[in-house]
Amino acid sequence: MPMSEETLARAEALIGRYPERRSALLPLLYLVQAADGYVRPVGRYLVSVCRTLPCQLRGSRELSEALCKRLDVPLGGTDATGMVTVEEVECLAACDGAPVVQVNTENYERLSEEQALELVERLLHDEVPPPTLAGDGAVTEPSTAALHWRLSGLGEPPADLAERAATGAGSGGDGDRIGSAPAGGAGDDRTGGERL
Amino acid sequence: MTSADGSAPQVQPVSVLSSRWRDGLAHGFDRYLELDGYASLDDAFAKDPAELVQIVKDSGLRGRGGAGFPTGMKWGFLAKGTGKPTYLVVNADESEPGTFKDMELLERDPHALVEGTIVSAYAIGCNQAFIYLRGECGFAGRRLAAAIGEAYEHGLLGRDIKGSGFDLDVVLHRGAGAYICGEETALLSSLEGQRGQPKLRPPFPAVEGLYRAPTTVNNVETIASVPWIFRKGVDWFRSMGTEKSPGPKLFSVSGEVQRPGNYEYPLGTPARELIMGAGGGMLDGKTLKAWTPGGSSTPLLTPDHLDTPMDFESIQGAGSLLGTAAMIVLSEDVCVVGACLKDICDSIFGRSFCALGDGAVSPIVSALQYFREEFDQHVEGHGCPFGTAQALLGGRGGSELPPHGSGDNATSASPSNTRQGAR
Repeated sequence: MPMSEETLARAEALIGRYPERRSALLPLLYLVQAADGYVRPVGRYLVSVCRTLPCQLRGSRELSEALCKRLDVPLGGTDATGMVTVEEVECLAACDGAPVVQVNTENYERLSEEQALELVERLLHDEVPPPTLAGDGAVTEPSTAALHWRLSGLGEPPADLAERAATGAGSGGDGDRIGSAPAGGAGDDRTGGERL
Repeated sequence: MTSADGSAPQVQPVSVLSSRWRDGLAHGFDRYLELDGYASLDDAFAKDPAELVQIVKDSGLRGRGGAGFPTGMKWGFLAKGTGKPTYLVVNADESEPGTFKDMELLERDPHALVEGTIVSAYAIGCNQAFIYLRGECGFAGRRLAAAIGEAYEHGLLGRDIKGSGFDLDVVLHRGAGAYICGEETALLSSLEGQRGQPKLRPPFPAVEGLYRAPTTVNNVETIASVPWIFRKGVDWFRSMGTEKSPGPKLFSVSGEVQRPGNYEYPLGTPARELIMGAGGGMLDGKTLKAWTPGGSSTPLLTPDHLDTPMDFESIQGAGSLLGTAAMIVLSEDVCVVGACLKDICDSIFGRSFCALGDGAVSPIVSALQYFREEFDQHVEGHGCPFGTAQALLGGRGGSELPPHGSGDNATSASPSNTRQGAR
């Protein structure tokens, strides 16, 4: 599929940020993925379960198995409706929130198996529950297309990518948040961590 | 190291790198300024760059990304008079398993990295910096992108910053889930749009780095430490930590503890204080069996090592490495054979091409040293003495991991390797 004039212009803008053109390779792949989605076919929601040791110690393997079973796909697969892709990934650098599950790279931490299943159930209904740090300002990208746009470095995704935002997509309040906030740490003011 | 009653001494946490984390609004430019943000620019611009490099050398600051190389010395190696630009590349590709300090810093205090990037770039004569960020860390990416944008809006990035005549542009570059890209030569290859593979050194990046120009690659926490040193001085910095490992440090405590989290303490704080104190001790009913001092690529230590000070020299003396100071805590309920072999499988099946492959063997070597009997039980046909081995191995060994070279570097998260190297 040929790229549109708009996409080509954006590609040139990304290339122009670097002293050598080839450096823009990853941003360009993200851009093409956002525009066409053919670099790596994924559903609207990419669910990534961390499989590294700290998360395995807290049951991540059981989570990913349960999600694959519910979606009836192997790891890396997309459910029959095309809505949700589930994968296992390496350490997501949020080990205090183990087990960590991401939706479109936003964290849902300390999930029980039931909570992980509820999360996926809502995604299948095109609802995006607010992520664990919603109260602090974290927002889940409304679609993988919007995510890849942002990852390319072009800033806020345009409406036609973001308009897939589900009703109930969270920003701000964390009233119906799935999962729980970390229990400790120097920055933790949510649960009264008393170390600092 | 023990007090009269035999208990470990209480070491107090410090509040430097994490001092703005609990503010809740420090990620915004205005609030950051109210909290003395960007104050180090005036200190830095008033001095000659060479003097600043000397200050960092004198401070004894060592890289916080794993290798612990002295930062000022690294900067001093940058080739001069090459006719090429000098590049600063900030390594925000945090991916050593168990490490989550840089991402929390970027989520809560992203301007601290921008400020550090400005004064560090000024010190080394760099006008174009890159921040290589893990693509998978969505919230950190949003916060950092916003902070960079605000810094440009307020004239703290771009041309003639605060009338100093110093220009700096910063490009935020998002990686694509390749563990190896945390290694500095692989990171630079990836940033050039090449396949993210490590290169043999020499030439070192300080001579031939990004675009074959002099380049320094520094970790987020390292760069965020620099403004503090410029503002508060070498003596203040050295008032924390040990002679050879000075300063404050973010420790990531995870695994089977009550309060996993990032905790800021002076380097040299006994591991016991971090695991049993800050981390709240073991989960109910669990007994400590082993812990990593610096992420899963560092050799395991045991309860016998709990009074070891968490600094580069002491941990090395105990037979391990401080690495990223990521302390993954394992209980007696965990089969070390399973945990360890899982890592090995990931390493070998994921990426055998790695100039820093030592990390791949360290978990198994240390596990054999301290938990020999578990290996013996497996080998002697009794099977795994724990129910958890299957869980930790996931019942799949390594056979479902992609073969070498089959991963899609551009878009898929790759299986991890283990690495202990120059970050």
